[in-house]
Amino acid sequence: MDWLTILTTTVHAAIGWEVVVYGLAAIGVNIHFGYTGLLNFGQAAFMAVAGYGLAVTIVVIGLPFWVGILVGLAGAVLLALLLGVPTLRLRADYLAIVTIAAAEIIRLIFRSVAFKETFGGSDGRRGFNNDFYEINPFPPGHYGIGPFGFNERTFWLLVVGWVTLAVCCAVVYLLMKSPWGRVLKAIREDEEAVRSLGKNVFSYKMQSLILGGVIGALGGFFYGLYNGSVQPDVFGTEMTFFAYTIVILGGAARVLGPVVGAMVFWVLFVFIGNFLSEAVRAGYITVITETQVGPIRYALVGLGFILLLVFRPQGIFGDKREIALDAR
Amino acid sequence: MPDNQTTTRKAAALAAFQGLEHEPGVAKPDAILTADNVVRRFGGLTAVDVGHVEIQRGSITALIGPNGAGKTTFFNQLTGFDTADAGSWSFNGKAMNGVPAHKVARSGMVRTFQLTKALSKLTVMENMRLGAQGQKGENFFRALIPGSWRGQEDEITKRAEELLVRFKLDAKSEDFAGSLSGGQRKLLEMARALMVNPELVMLDEPMAGVNPALTQSLLGHVKDLREQGMTVLFVEHDMDMVRDISDWVIVMAQGAIIAEGPPDSIMSDHRVIDAYLGAHHDAPLSEEELQQQLHEAEAALEAEAAEEEAAK
Repeated sequence: MDWLTILTTTVHAAIGWEVVVYGLAAIGVNIHFGYTGLLNFGQAAFMAVAGYGLAVTIVVIGLPFWVGILVGLAGAVLLALLLGVPTLRLRADYLAIVTIAAAEIIRLIFRSVAFKETFGGSDGRRGFNNDFYEINPFPPGHYGIGPFGFNERTFWLLVVGWVTLAVCCAVVYLLMKSPWGRVLKAIREDEEAVRSLGKNVFSYKMQSLILGGVIGALGGFFYGLYNGSVQPDVFGTEMTFFAYTIVILGGAARVLGPVVGAMVFWVLFVFIGNFLSEAVRAGYITVITETQVGPIRYALVGLGFILLLVFRPQGIFGDKREIALDAR
Repeated sequence: MPDNQTTTRKAAALAAFQGLEHEPGVAKPDAILTADNVVRRFGGLTAVDVGHVEIQRGSITALIGPNGAGKTTFFNQLTGFDTADAGSWSFNGKAMNGVPAHKVARSGMVRTFQLTKALSKLTVMENMRLGAQGQKGENFFRALIPGSWRGQEDEITKRAEELLVRFKLDAKSEDFAGSLSGGQRKLLEMARALMVNPELVMLDEPMAGVNPALTQSLLGHVKDLREQGMTVLFVEHDMDMVRDISDWVIVMAQGAIIAEGPPDSIMSDHRVIDAYLGAHHDAPLSEEELQQQLHEAEAALEAEAAEEEAAK
């Protein structure tokens, strides 16, 4: 058993690019679902629009990097408006149905043969992250302690990513402490009551959808920048459900919940996967083959979350008293 | 001093109703709310069809009627929570039809709900603060700069604390609203509505599900609203409460207003009795039933005659 590999991959998973991407997606979901009570199951679409906005602007149109970022963000805002205007007047469960369908429509458009010239079909787009790495201030080398560390490219991405995460958490903290956040939380509890107190509920729900969507879009950028490519099938429903799992794991409506949730999620995921592979390779586990490890780790991670919901339904940071109120 | 004021406010309200006819839609000397031809249909069912009604400023007006009379639906039309099919209504002379609910509330007409809507996972204090209007910190960009709304928040908190003391909820101020009892939630909902600084308070069944011990205190608070110069319109089933606190009673049945009058005489109005018990509540329902009743009476007489015969 190669314990060092298991250890380093696990530590890297705790602070790696997956945490940045899924942490940002989960912060967005936390604003939608945790604070405002909007069941947006289309978070992956916001990430896709941002990733493709960046890629297409640079690769197909040939405009600079920063324009690509602006296009991606504008795309996310536009998507929020398009989704929100017809659906935010619907009840929560209808919103969930419409958003999941909208996200699939967007994925299929990016994947379609008709738009292959622009979006590149199922192969997606690549080769748009050079500008990002050209402004990398870190010289080539190994950044880290001993076996733990990254090369200068990954390190640069992680520095920018974690600064972005920190800024987003700070924004969420400030907003949710403010009267603006109070209106959002009140809408989650009962929007009719909020309306009867003179607040424009539709406007606040729209603001929440845009803010969460834009933060999710940042996650889409980082996915594209790390992998150097975007493919349509990456932005499937699985990505949204991972983000929801992370929010519930960390504790809904908690500022740091999504970030810590993402870290725990990826540590579990990577640790279980690598541990099983190593154990199979070393002959400690004989009932499964190495190729079966992939699906089985999903099952084990799923089991872990079921146990979490049974024994700690409020998540890592959640307040048990709040969960108790639901049972009344 | 408050006692003195009590008598004058109550007397002023009662004086306004002196000599008014007891007819539906009678004109009031100083109406704060006027509604004309408000119609709301749900498919083939006409839930509300109100010809004309006026609510007197500074009074406590009760809206009563049997179940399904359309009281709550009428409330929903007036406060913008539902769209009427036809009709117009004005508040303080300003047309209110088609105005969305939040704007109705901002203009000074605030309602509560039959099923109490406490915001469970917010503390009692946060519930109260939410009611305040014109908050700078409710703007997205200002919210990011705490300095720009802190001062106003402190004023709001102070006002909320005063109201909570009045409603005896000050000890609960940091508890989740979801942990309050049913009656305390009613109190909180009323106090929260007052944070809006309304002119007209519309209470939908304020006594539903409140234990008798709290009823008296709630009654006192409703009366208190009038003393502070507010107008109260409330829906209620409890006739004792209606008699106790209202200055004027409007009766609805099958969507329409059928009678108005002072609380002590309204329940003896034949239209009201008909609405609650049915117009022919003492008459037979059908020809067969009539025949049956005649047969029964005959049989009883015959039996009596037979008994007398036997006794001899």
